[in-house]
Amino acid sequence: MAMSDASGNDVAIGNETDSKGRLLTSDGRPLRAALERANRRRKLTAFGLVAPLLAFIVIFFAFPIVQMMWRSVDNPAVVEALPRTLEALQDWNGEELPSEDVYRALYEDMMADQDLPRLEQKIGPLAVRLNYEVSAARGAISRTSRNVDEFEAPYKEAFMDAHRLWRDTEIWRIIEREGRPLTASYYLAAVDAEYNENNEIVRTDENRRIYVALFGRTFAMSLVITFMTFALGFPIAYYLSSLPMSKANLLMIAVLLPFWTSLLVRTSAWIVLLQGQGVINDTLVGLGILDDENRLSMIYNQTGTIIAMTHILLPFMVLPLYSVMKTIPPSYTRAAKSLGATPWTAFRRVYFPQTLPGIAAGGVLVFIISIGYYITPALVGGQDGRMISNEIARHIQSSLNWGLAAALGSMLLVSVLLLYWLFNKLVGTDSLKFG
Amino acid sequence: MSASASQDGFVVFDKVQKSYDGETLVVKDLNLSVGKGEFLTMLGPSGSGKTTCLMMLAGFETATNGEILLDGKPINSVPPHKRGIGMVFQNYALFPHMSVGENLSFPLEVRGMGKSDREAKIRRALDMVQMGDFINRRPAQLSGGQQQRIALARALVFEPELVLMDEPLGALDKQLREHMQFEITRLAHDLGITTVYVTHDQTEALTMSDNVAVFDDGRIQQLDPPDVLYEAPKNSFVAQFIGENNTLDGVVKEIKGEHCVVELDGGELIDAKPVNVSKVGERTRVSIRPERVEANKDRLAGDAHTIKAKVLEFIYMGDVFRTRLKVAGNENFIMKTRNAPDQVRHKPGDMIEIGWMPTDCRALDFG
Repeated sequence: MAMSDASGNDVAIGNETDSKGRLLTSDGRPLRAALERANRRRKLTAFGLVAPLLAFIVIFFAFPIVQMMWRSVDNPAVVEALPRTLEALQDWNGEELPSEDVYRALYEDMMADQDLPRLEQKIGPLAVRLNYEVSAARGAISRTSRNVDEFEAPYKEAFMDAHRLWRDTEIWRIIEREGRPLTASYYLAAVDAEYNENNEIVRTDENRRIYVALFGRTFAMSLVITFMTFALGFPIAYYLSSLPMSKANLLMIAVLLPFWTSLLVRTSAWIVLLQGQGVINDTLVGLGILDDENRLSMIYNQTGTIIAMTHILLPFMVLPLYSVMKTIPPSYTRAAKSLGATPWTAFRRVYFPQTLPGIAAGGVLVFIISIGYYITPALVGGQDGRMISNEIARHIQSSLNWGLAAALGSMLLVSVLLLYWLFNKLVGTDSLKFG
Repeated sequence: MSASASQDGFVVFDKVQKSYDGETLVVKDLNLSVGKGEFLTMLGPSGSGKTTCLMMLAGFETATNGEILLDGKPINSVPPHKRGIGMVFQNYALFPHMSVGENLSFPLEVRGMGKSDREAKIRRALDMVQMGDFINRRPAQLSGGQQQRIALARALVFEPELVLMDEPLGALDKQLREHMQFEITRLAHDLGITTVYVTHDQTEALTMSDNVAVFDDGRIQQLDPPDVLYEAPKNSFVAQFIGENNTLDGVVKEIKGEHCVVELDGGELIDAKPVNVSKVGERTRVSIRPERVEANKDRLAGDAHTIKAKVLEFIYMGDVFRTRLKVAGNENFIMKTRNAPDQVRHKPGDMIEIGWMPTDCRALDFG
């Protein structure tokens, strides 16, 4: 074809090579080395620009995350508190109560602990740790350890008199199982499973299962919220992208407003609107659409959480959509129409497919943010609008089971990464456009 | 203005007006008739209303007043997708998420054509623009010229009788543009399609068209075949806009039929052909093409008026010499002479005497 523009004339000068066939510069240095030297300064500048943020991220983001994930398997309490007991337990058959040797070892461990300075004592953490597994453990251990200096041989009897827990093989089984530096028990708890008396993994009782259902609900609600932001955001973004810049900016402010209002103000507004005696219910009753007894419950439940979160996360959908739509020239739709497509076909087959990168970006953004959202479900979620992050927060703030919180958090993180990987496989990240 | 449009053209604009804001007219009283199979170019500076006219014809803008007829039928209320007009856009508007084949298949699919018919037509259209090997490529993988060809093939694949082109060659480099100009005209004539072509490039308009409509200020200033447009511009705007042009201002001294004498503002007398002037004493702007200016007195008629000129600059351009002169106060008076062995190469500072055939010097309206 006459349009090829390749000249095809190779220039012979500058093509000298050394013995290994590498290209040389005109003064005989290897070309690669020369290039590297020329680029070094640029690379150093680039690194210098990135370094502060990199350091910040490593110290305040990457490091805590790794530490958090470590906490979900880290299990030092038993190993550190009961080294002698664990050694003695090695010969235990696991069927009946351990022998006098084991009880003596336990006595020695507890006595040794009392000699330590208060801040280095290990029995306290042990009591907390074992309490996650069996709820009487905390009281039993702390009570026993307070009185242990009065114990006399045979220690087995002494311990069994001190608390009924020491008469039960279960506590010994737990000590043996958790007497390792790493544990899976937090993850088991996080997926509603536990060990039975034969050290087999089984599901917990039906009425004690929480987390699997909570994960499921979190995902389902996030999906609903993502879809809602899409359904509300797409038309707005489309309209905005068709407006001239000055008008679009004005309307964009309306979209961004949720970013700029205080969370509490916003939430109070939702409460005023949505509560049983709120504006919406009063209006509906006043108009005779609802009976006074059948007022809608729209807050302190899932509905409230979904409504509020859709509002808050809407900009995350609108912005990527808008930025993608802004780059689609109107001539595509016009071309489709001139080729005979009805406006609907032109939209469906020509316009819409080109907005997919924006939909994907907005969807991923909204979904990932809502999966880990904490504050809104905590404020307006009530009981059935709670999400997994509320449970994580509870374990960190009130139940103080940081291992379980870490396990739940790690699972959340991994599932987000997994989704992102899956998304990347299906759609490809290069088509993401965050604006 | 051209004569009122005849109603028998294939495309007819009948007293069409367009306003966006209700206060100013972008298109003012447009009357235009395009015959079947004709290649018409709308030429004009940006903002002259030419693209608006094309968009009204395509159906993306509605005429504020007046009627547009296609094959005798008014189309003002016909939506664009029912007009059956092929269109090539400035940026090609190839659908980026579809392959070349899918792009071409699109107009056929929306017409409900069967698969085998579609494939045959796509094949034929691609062969027509010599792009048969590119059927599976994405538009982004094609060069500008190749995209241009595909856009052309897509506009033609459903065999429309009318094709509109909106500055389709604007993004191509010079060489490719010239090549595509030739290809487009060849295709249009071979297929016998009526073409309305919009451009601001006068070379393109002159080389491609059967007729050129020169737009300015929302009106057609002149509608004529290219040679007439170039050689016999009807007013100063057309004379200035098409090709290179020298102008001198003066007053009509006498008129005798097809000949008049103009007294320039500096007092010099020159011969001209009256075009837009009718009476003695009228102010006029005369226009002379640079290649019709003659410095060799032997080639002028004996009684021709000549005028003194000072050489300011001499540019050697290969095939021609371009001499910039100061004539009657105008320092941008250009004389183009063919590079021939006997041709004089003037030096800056030389005083020479120039003249022209009275028929080449047109006395037009004063701006």
